[in-house]
Amino acid sequence: MRTGFVSSDLASGDARVPDHTGLSKEAINRDFPILSRKINGKRLVYLDSAATTQKPQCVIDRIESYYASQNANVHRGLHTLAEEATSAFEATRDKIASFIGGVRREEIIYTRNATEAINLVAQSWGRKHIRENDRIVITRMEHHANLVPWLVLAEETGAELEYIPVDSQGRLILDNISNIIDSRTKIVALTQMSNVLGTINPVDEIIEVAHRRNAMVLIDGAQSVPHLPVDVKALDVDFMAFSAHKMLGPTGIGILYGRESLLDRMEPLIYGGEMISEVRYDSADWAELPWKFEAGTPNIAGAIGFAPALDYLNSTGMDKIREHEIELTEHALDRLAGLKFIRIYGPTSSEQRGGIISFVDSEIHPHDLAQFLDASGIAVRAGHHCAQPLMGLLGVNSTARASFYIYNTKDDIDELVSALRDARRYFIND
Amino acid sequence: MTEQLDDMYRDIIMEHYRYPRGHKEISEPDLANQGHNPVCGDVTEIKLTLDGDRIEDISVNCVGCAISVASGSMLADMIEGKTISDVRKIAEVVRALIKGEEIDTDLDLGDLEALEGVRNFPVRIKCALLSWTTLVDAIEAREVGQTVEASTTE
Repeated sequence: MRTGFVSSDLASGDARVPDHTGLSKEAINRDFPILSRKINGKRLVYLDSAATTQKPQCVIDRIESYYASQNANVHRGLHTLAEEATSAFEATRDKIASFIGGVRREEIIYTRNATEAINLVAQSWGRKHIRENDRIVITRMEHHANLVPWLVLAEETGAELEYIPVDSQGRLILDNISNIIDSRTKIVALTQMSNVLGTINPVDEIIEVAHRRNAMVLIDGAQSVPHLPVDVKALDVDFMAFSAHKMLGPTGIGILYGRESLLDRMEPLIYGGEMISEVRYDSADWAELPWKFEAGTPNIAGAIGFAPALDYLNSTGMDKIREHEIELTEHALDRLAGLKFIRIYGPTSSEQRGGIISFVDSEIHPHDLAQFLDASGIAVRAGHHCAQPLMGLLGVNSTARASFYIYNTKDDIDELVSALRDARRYFIND
Repeated sequence: MTEQLDDMYRDIIMEHYRYPRGHKEISEPDLANQGHNPVCGDVTEIKLTLDGDRIEDISVNCVGCAISVASGSMLADMIEGKTISDVRKIAEVVRALIKGEEIDTDLDLGDLEALEGVRNFPVRIKCALLSWTTLVDAIEAREVGQTVEASTTE
């Protein structure tokens, strides 16, 4: 059985298809040092960008240069270092505001991650506005981060949590949407791109229905903002959460976009330094937006290191990135369809999905499969992807998931496909 | 790495995975528990009947990866006919073996020895322990006159 562990020649043969839309091989090698690493003696094929993306050299360098030459706390010093750190920290905020469609800098709140951004809305806005018998609407494809906060809020307030259903191809069923988003609905929270199925949801349609009912809309943009051109003004969305580390930036820095008029009337979630304008022994006043929500020393290096990531995405172009990922996804769907033992979840059309593909082998458990792929240098995720209820809906306990980004090539996908064949030989003598 | 992979997926493990022992239904168990591994979604259900302090019959129904299914199958093989106190000793030795800890024992572990390859893959240790944790939790609850409804590897 184990002598069957051979690396197929498919990936290195002449059948190689050139990439038209991606970064050049030279750019990938130059800009993403980790991708030159060998894993278990094999070239690293990183297909887990939906979990976190790799970082370009410019991001790594910026974090180092901040610590090496500018390190200081922000917003509270008059010395040169503090001024430089503050100005770089705030400059990223401007870049983010422009990256998502030119919103006001006051509308960009730094958090630790997308999860914290969603919790901020659920707990600050939610506790103030959600009452018994109100309705909160989410979908059946949400990540736990956009499910558990609403579950808890519904339980605390006595509100009703209602789900938009999902069809067998992993798309939202919107036939009944105006009954689901009814007049009692106060907020609709949904992902723009599923982290399991890759489905891109028609959020514009849902925002329109919700606004007709005077309900707020929160978009979980953790997977969409890194991969699609997203314009929050054009979408007319009320809140959007996303995370730097899924878009070439550092971990520990997330973003909440919120409409200024809403943020203005929201109470802070965390109290302390840096979020106040004046403190007395018997009372305190909150700082202006955005700092009202940013108590304590923030992730300064994270915010500063996020700026070159945004520059990198801007100079590559989000349209180009989307185009490249459509090409990769089509190639992957096509090649995987040739493997009769692989079942793919999610929409079959690349227009309706991003570069995230969940799949199972008919006989090999995802955990065993991921372990085997790792021995071949290929990093995929296996598990429930923080979406246990959705797994139940799909009728599986777990799936394997390959996800792509700017630095992936068709060669990477071909290596995955050939290793999936090798796994059959290894585990079941197929 | 391939060697390490081979060391974990030994033939004997794959044999238990394909033909798991104890894969049946026990309708009136004296002791039962379900376990799940929240990291990967694997689940196991263990039921057994007792003759006094001795395990008369055992079923292990595990839905999971090769490691968790094989470990559950070996558990069924190993503990049938043993007393509750034997099982506790065996479980302790198995736990040490899987975690790569030194343990002084003259116990003959049989097929279970094959699980030692798991020690090179820390993430998989919980897979190998799933059924054992589930069984030991049920036994410990019984000893203090209680029952458990479910166990997790966390």
